Amino acid sequence: MSARTPALPRAGRWVADHVVMTVALLVLVYMFLPIFFVVLMSFNDPVSRLTYEFDAFTWDNWTNPCQSPGMCSSVVTSLQIGFLATLGATLLGTLVAFALVRHRFRGRAGTSLLIFLPMATPEVVMGSSLLALFSSVGLAGRLGFWSILVAHIMFCLSFVVVTVKARLTGLDSTLEQAAMDLYANEWQAFWRVTFPLVFPGILAAALLSFSLSFDDFIVTNFNHGNTITFPMFVWGSAQRGIPPQVNVVGTVMFLIALVLVAGGGLVQRRRAR
Amino acid sequence: MSAVQTGAVVGGSLGPHTDRVEPRPKGSRTGYLLLLPGMLWLLLFFAVPTIQLLATSLYDPNGSLESGYAMTWHFGTYLDVLSAYRAPFLRSLGYAVSATVLALVFGYPLAYAIAFKAGRWRNLMLVLVIAPFFTSFLVRTLAWKSILADNGFIVSGLQAVHVLGPDGRLLATSVAVVTGLTYNFLPFMVLPIYASLEKIDLRLVEAGKDLYANGVTSFRKITLPLSMPGVVAGTLLTFIPAAGDYINAQLLGTPQQYMIGNVIDNTFLVQLDYPVAAACSVILMAAIVLMVLVYVRRAGTEDLL
Repeated sequence: MSARTPALPRAGRWVADHVVMTVALLVLVYMFLPIFFVVLMSFNDPVSRLTYEFDAFTWDNWTNPCQSPGMCSSVVTSLQIGFLATLGATLLGTLVAFALVRHRFRGRAGTSLLIFLPMATPEVVMGSSLLALFSSVGLAGRLGFWSILVAHIMFCLSFVVVTVKARLTGLDSTLEQAAMDLYANEWQAFWRVTFPLVFPGILAAALLSFSLSFDDFIVTNFNHGNTITFPMFVWGSAQRGIPPQVNVVGTVMFLIALVLVAGGGLVQRRRAR
Repeated sequence: MSAVQTGAVVGGSLGPHTDRVEPRPKGSRTGYLLLLPGMLWLLLFFAVPTIQLLATSLYDPNGSLESGYAMTWHFGTYLDVLSAYRAPFLRSLGYAVSATVLALVFGYPLAYAIAFKAGRWRNLMLVLVIAPFFTSFLVRTLAWKSILADNGFIVSGLQAVHVLGPDGRLLATSVAVVTGLTYNFLPFMVLPIYASLEKIDLRLVEAGKDLYANGVTSFRKITLPLSMPGVVAGTLLTFIPAAGDYINAQLLGTPQQYMIGNVIDNTFLVQLDYPVAAACSVILMAAIVLMVLVYVRRAGTEDLL
């Protein structure tokens, strides 16, 4: 497209093109600076608990991540909650997405509003609302694993609905009709045709739910009782000085995410062929 | 919130797009059955709690968690809260607006570069944008403490060029909090803008060039207006969580930088003053809804110009 316009001299265009790319790369550096520091600090041997500088190199944090008391059990709690919340939210949300795309029903506007609102509400409002509800029915003293799970399923649900719905609307429903023309009953058509086609959407929704749940701090903070998830552990130790092992968990999470996203990209590329 | 966009990007890009299929008029009962569990969950754990929050804010402020609260429709709590916590309220809005503007200034060129300039690096750059928010939010925010530390390279660099005085610091200032907020919510800005830029039919830009529009004009008259839906979505997805966030203020700031989220957290969980905390939550929500409505309306009209 550069050959056409003499309006802007070619040199100016070159600069304009590369300015955008340079700015973009600088922004990416800004986005990766903290991750670089997380990886760096995971090899830190701090002189005191309250230091945030790199003092000396060590492998200890990686060889003994559970040295920091309470951290590993908090990671296990987060994994359990993340797994169950993903299961619950993905199941409920997928059903809702199917209803929205494939069925007619009354109250569509209200339903859509109820799905949209949790995504537009700040977490601090959702978290405090739930606490207000739980304590109004006398459960304030019994909050813990279950209340975190209930809350996480709630805020993951809308994201699942939106993600699966996006996949489902892009789907040609004549494929299902074709299957039924070939004497598949409704059940077979669903499991053999529709479900495999929607599955990437469901998988994306599940990954999203898991990362939302595993990483949630604000809603959890209002409803955790005495249960300590990994973000709660980090928050608690931030007051006393961060153990460097926390950065090991951060690095591992980043690596797993990278592998999953890159893996997803590969699958996508293979399918495109 | 970014998740919507990620989800849409991930879920949507995996297969060929076809036109929206008309919902089949299927046996209506199945539809309701599919909806029931999910909607019941949202009703019980989102809608009912929101109503309870409103109710709690109107409870008698003289009650306590032990003795119980009486419903007295005490609207006075709102006035008390507005005068007592004016500073954190205004700070929340100020920080959130600053972070949103900065995220737009940083995020738009990045989204533009990914959509139009990245070529075969496009997927890699998208992965790089998405990857950070699969990493722990708190751990990443704490990393900023190291980056902005008093003898870190950024502070030393700024001192060397006399932007900061010899005793100047970044940590524990508004700059640190806004930096953290901008950083944390930047992907929520980039992804929707990218999604709407990517959909632009490049033939429109070419047509503009045929009509002797230069690069700036065709950007201003074609690309920018067509990317407005993404800009609107991105600013909302950045502004809303930023206004309610208190992690950045707590970890990178001092009580002088505390936002309304810190107040809500503290009054609910430490002071156990439920009516005051609930009133703060309701005001935050109302302020956000109001600002979003005004913004969407204005963005909508500008879109037509």
